[in-house]
Formats: sequence, C-alpha cells, structure tokens
Amino acid sequence: MPDPQDRQPFDLTRRQVLETGTIASLTGAMLPTAGLAQQAGPQPSPENGMTVHLSFRVNGRPTALDIDARASLLDLLRERLGLVGAKKGCDHGQCGACTVHMDNRRVASCLTMAAKADGRDVTTIEGIARANGLHPMQQAFIDHDALQCGYCTPGQIMAAIACVKEGHASTPEQIKEYMSGNICRCGAYVGIVAAIEQAAPQIERS
Amino acid sequence: MKPLSYVQVRTAREAIEAFVAAGESARYIAGGTNLYDLMKLGIEKPAHLIDIADLDGANRIDTDGDRLFFGGAALMADVAEHPVVRDDYPVLAESLSKAASQQLRNMATVGGNLLQRTRCPYFRNGADGTYPCNKREPGSGCAAIGGIDRSQAVLGASAACNAVSPGDWPVALMAMDAAVELQGLDGTRVIPISELYRPPSRTPHLEFTIGREEIVTGISVPKTAAGRNSTYLKVRDRESYAFALVSAAVALEMDGDRVRQAHVALGGVATVPWRGRPAEAVLRGETLDRGRALEAARAAFAEARAGRHNAFKIELGARTLADAIINAGSRNQ
Ligand SMILES: Cc1cc2nc3c(=O)[nH]c(=O)nc-3n(C[C@H](O)[C@H](O)[C@H](O)COP(=O)(O)OP(=O)(O)OC[C@H]3O[C@@H](n4cnc5c(N)ncnc54)[C@H](O)[C@@H]3O)c2cc1C
Ligand code: SF4
Ligand code: FES
Ligand code: FES
Repeated sequence: MPDPQDRQPFDLTRRQVLETGTIASLTGAMLPTAGLAQQAGPQPSPENGMTVHLSFRVNGRPTALDIDARASLLDLLRERLGLVGAKKGCDHGQCGACTVHMDNRRVASCLTMAAKADGRDVTTIEGIARANGLHPMQQAFIDHDALQCGYCTPGQIMAAIACVKEGHASTPEQIKEYMSGNICRCGAYVGIVAAIEQAAPQIERS
Repeated sequence: MKPLSYVQVRTAREAIEAFVAAGESARYIAGGTNLYDLMKLGIEKPAHLIDIADLDGANRIDTDGDRLFFGGAALMADVAEHPVVRDDYPVLAESLSKAASQQLRNMATVGGNLLQRTRCPYFRNGADGTYPCNKREPGSGCAAIGGIDRSQAVLGASAACNAVSPGDWPVALMAMDAAVELQGLDGTRVIPISELYRPPSRTPHLEFTIGREEIVTGISVPKTAAGRNSTYLKVRDRESYAFALVSAAVALEMDGDRVRQAHVALGGVATVPWRGRPAEAVLRGETLDRGRALEAARAAFAEARAGRHNAFKIELGARTLADAIINAGSRNQ
C-alpha cells in the first residue's frame, strides 16, 4: 500500500500520475477525470529523445505535458493519454483509421507530429457522445450495421462527422468521394454511406 | 527515427536563420504528410525540424490582382474549395481535390506539395538496404529499371532513374504557367514552375533547383480566360485516393470554336511535371474533334519509352489526354 501521504485527490496515486504522463499541474479544470485516471493502457515509455512542451485541449480538457519531439499525435493519444479509440492501421496516412479532429478539421493523427497540436483543440471518438446519449453519427452506424470488426469505425465516424460539417455529404457519390480516405477491410461501405445519409440532417454544417 | 529538435517559427526570416544555425541536418516541415512519412521509413533523417506551417500570413489566398496568389502554407483543402479557383480554374481545383484524402488535404500545404518525393516503390521500401536506389543512396544503382516497373515513368527517364514525379498540383500549375516565389538568405526571387524540377540525368538525388535554405513563400498563376476551359483528368488503379497512373491537365484559349493556344501538361508518366508542347502545336488554330484530340495526344507521347511493365501508360496516357482536351473544349461557352 502506498503511504497515504502520497495520495492525490480522487484517489489517484502519484505513481498513476507519473504513468499517465504528468497530466499538467493537477489544478482546477486540469484535474484528470475518471476516464483518464482509470486507464489501464500501455505503460508510457520514458521520453528519451529531445522533448518539447505541449499544451493543448483534448476533448475539451486542457492538457499539458512534455513529449518526445518525434512523437505522432496518434501515439501521444494512445500511448500516453490512454485514448485508444483512434486506431493505428497503417501509420502512413493511407487508411484513415487514426482520423481525429484538430481545430474542427479531420486529420490523420499518424502523420500529424504531436508537437503541432500545441495550442489546438483535438477531438477524438471518445469526445463526441452527447450528455444525453450517443452522437447521431454513432447511432446511425449502429442502425445501419456500418461495421463488422469495428477496427476502422472510430476513424470512419470522425471522418463522417467532418464530411457532413464540411458540406460534402449531399449525395451518395459525394459521400463516397469524400470518405475515400477511410478504408474498411471488412467492406462495410454500403452501411457506412447509409449511416452518413441518415445522420447528415441531424448535424449542423460548420 | 533519430532524436530531433523541433521549433515553430512565425516569419520566413526567423525560419531561415534557424535553418542556417542548425546546419546540415536541418529541414523545414510544413504539413509533414510527406517528410514525416519518409522519416518513419528511415529515408529522411533530419536532426532539426523547423516548422513553417504557421508563418504569419503564409496561408493567404488572394484572387484580387492580375494573378492568383497562394501562400506556401495554404492548405490543399482550402485552395481546392476557394470559390474563384473552383469556378474559374477547374484544372487547379480538380488537381487538388483528386489528390490524397480530405484528412491529408487538411494537413498538406500547396508549397510542400511541390516538393514531395517520388512514390517509386523501391525508393520507399528499400531503406533497410534491400533495394539499391540512386535517389536514396547516390551511386547505389536503380532497382526499378528492369524490375517491377509498372508504376514508372515513360517520359524523361535516365539510365539512373525512372521514378515518377508524384504530385497532381504541379502538373496543373505547369499547364497554367505558374511561378514560384522563393525567399532565401539573399532575399526573394521568382522562378517559373518549369524551372523548379531537375530531370534525373545522372544525379536523381538532386530533384529541385532551389537552395536548401530557401522557402517557397508563394505560388502565383496568371489570370486567364483559358482557366474556365480547363480540366484535370486523373486515371488511377482505384476511383479515388490513389496516385495517378496517368493524368492530364488541359486549359484552352479559344477563338470561337478554334483553339488559339492550348496548355497541356502530363502527370503519372514522367520524371518531372511534363509540359506537352507537341500536343499544343498540333491543336493550334484547329477546331476540336476526337480525331484531332487523339492526334495531339499521341504527339505528346511520341518520345515515350516503355520498360517491361509500363507500356500501357503510353496508350492510356494518350487516350486520357485526348479525353481531357475534349472535356476542356466542352467547357468553352
Ligand atoms: C496516403 C497519401 C496519399 C497521397 N496522395 C496524393 C495524390 O494523390 N496526389 C498528390 O499530389 N499528392 C498526394 N499525396 C502527397 C501529399 O499531397 C503531399 O505529401 C503533401 O502535399 C506535402 O505537403 P506538406 O505540407 O505535408 O509537406 P511536408 O511533408 O511538410 O514537406 C515536404 C517537403 O517539402 C519541404 N517543404 C515544405 N514546405 C516548404 C516550403 N514552404 N518551402 C520550402 N520547403 C518546404 C519539406 O522540407 C519537405 O522536404 C499523398 C500523401 C499520402 C500520405
Ligand atoms: S527509379 Fe529512381 S527512385 Fe526508383 S529505385 Fe530507381 S533510382 Fe530509386
Ligand atoms: S493509421 Fe493513420 S492513416 Fe492509417
Ligand atoms: S469494420 Fe472491419 S475494417 Fe471496417
């Protein structure tokens, strides 16, 4: 048992704090919420390259930490922040499984250097559900069986939300063209297009 | 990937100073969609990255003057959807919207696009020493010549390298006589886009003519009515999200139903963005029909040389160019 003196608020031990990767200074709005504290994700490897300081917002939560300058945004999210929704399919921009939003635009997080997120707003699949339930795009994917194994799905949903907000979801042809950056190895494309057509009217264009 | 330092700068001056101070192993990074990718593949090995994606004003798009102007760090997605580009210069908009994916176009810059490196499979996949490549390791040889060369160039190849210049946007810019603005240690200069690229000759590792520390601060395109009669036609192994097997950029200056001057460039088939002057000569003063378009297109490929598996590009390229000429002509009101 750790010394009670070592305990942080919310029962987060100092060891856990170190493991989650110095989540800013634990003050005010920067307190980690249950989601972060409960993570049982991979152990963060020590940052052994040159580091840069990064201060950004992930799913609305201010987050500050030192990162290896080489890190991708995808690895930062998955390996250090425990947000494993975004998937690593190819790590070379070719599949879309890692799609997240940065300042409201969809990007491939595998080819985004994490250092570039400084001062920005990043939204992942973990951040889109609404207080009263699933995001309409999540619900539409369920309604249309728009997945099989589910590996590509977080990237598909993030790309799909952006596709609608950009105004690129007015016809099935346009949806296919603007969703072509997301590959589905299971071939759930028909359901994906149907899901986007269903959700589009419920999502505001930006 | 080796440990590296990373800085973000706000002005071109600061960027150049940081670059010079960092020395040999410095590189600029913009969107990173090509450079960071190649770092992961062990092909690019910078020790210092200077991020120029957020230089003040570098994402400016200005269509008010007598030239269209695109800042070096303007995003591909933003240029593709700019109303003036989309409506009056479809060849430019289409070359961007048919490239990569929306995710990548939201990251990649129009300046970085000009300087992306080849997708030659032996270049990209052989950094562990599996394949020789004169572009990666000067003097090591070329695995593509006599190898699996389906993707390789039929125009502009040398005995040292037949890798294709991969970008779509540079092909459209070539047809539109674009100019590239550069800032270096000694101030700024402007070059025609045709002078940006070096043919492979014996030194395929030297791909661009600009100085290592020079920054592409902007790209400009002269305004022309031919912009409306233009198109970018891209043929790929799949319908979207793939590099070109062959592509054609065409813009036509018309006198009634006769071509006063055609602007033709080819992608996917050549070692540099390729101007199709012989096709332009055939079309000058002519009315357009399928036969004439095909004759012009074949002229553009007269000097093409196939390897083992890429002969199809010559016929496919000619037919694609002929279609593009007809499409551009049909936009003439
Ligand atoms: C999966 C995938 C598919 C793709 N498909 C296509 C396609 O179909 N068609 C197509 O055309 N492209 C395609 N691309 C390539 C993409 O368009 C380029 O990678 C992108 O345009 C490069 O821009 P960037 O800003 O990301 O450049 P970076 O990767 O940041 O830089 C590329 C190079 O340019 C240098 N550089 C960047 N900006 C400047 C500047 N302003 N001044 C001086 N030097 C600079 C860098 O030092 C580096 O050497 C694809 C890429 C991927 C990953
Ligand atoms: S074609 Fe050029 S890039 Fe490809 S292996 Fe040969 S030398 Fe390298
Ligand atoms: S993991 Fe990023 S595009 Fe495949
Ligand atoms: S659901 Fe399996 S890859 Fe898309």
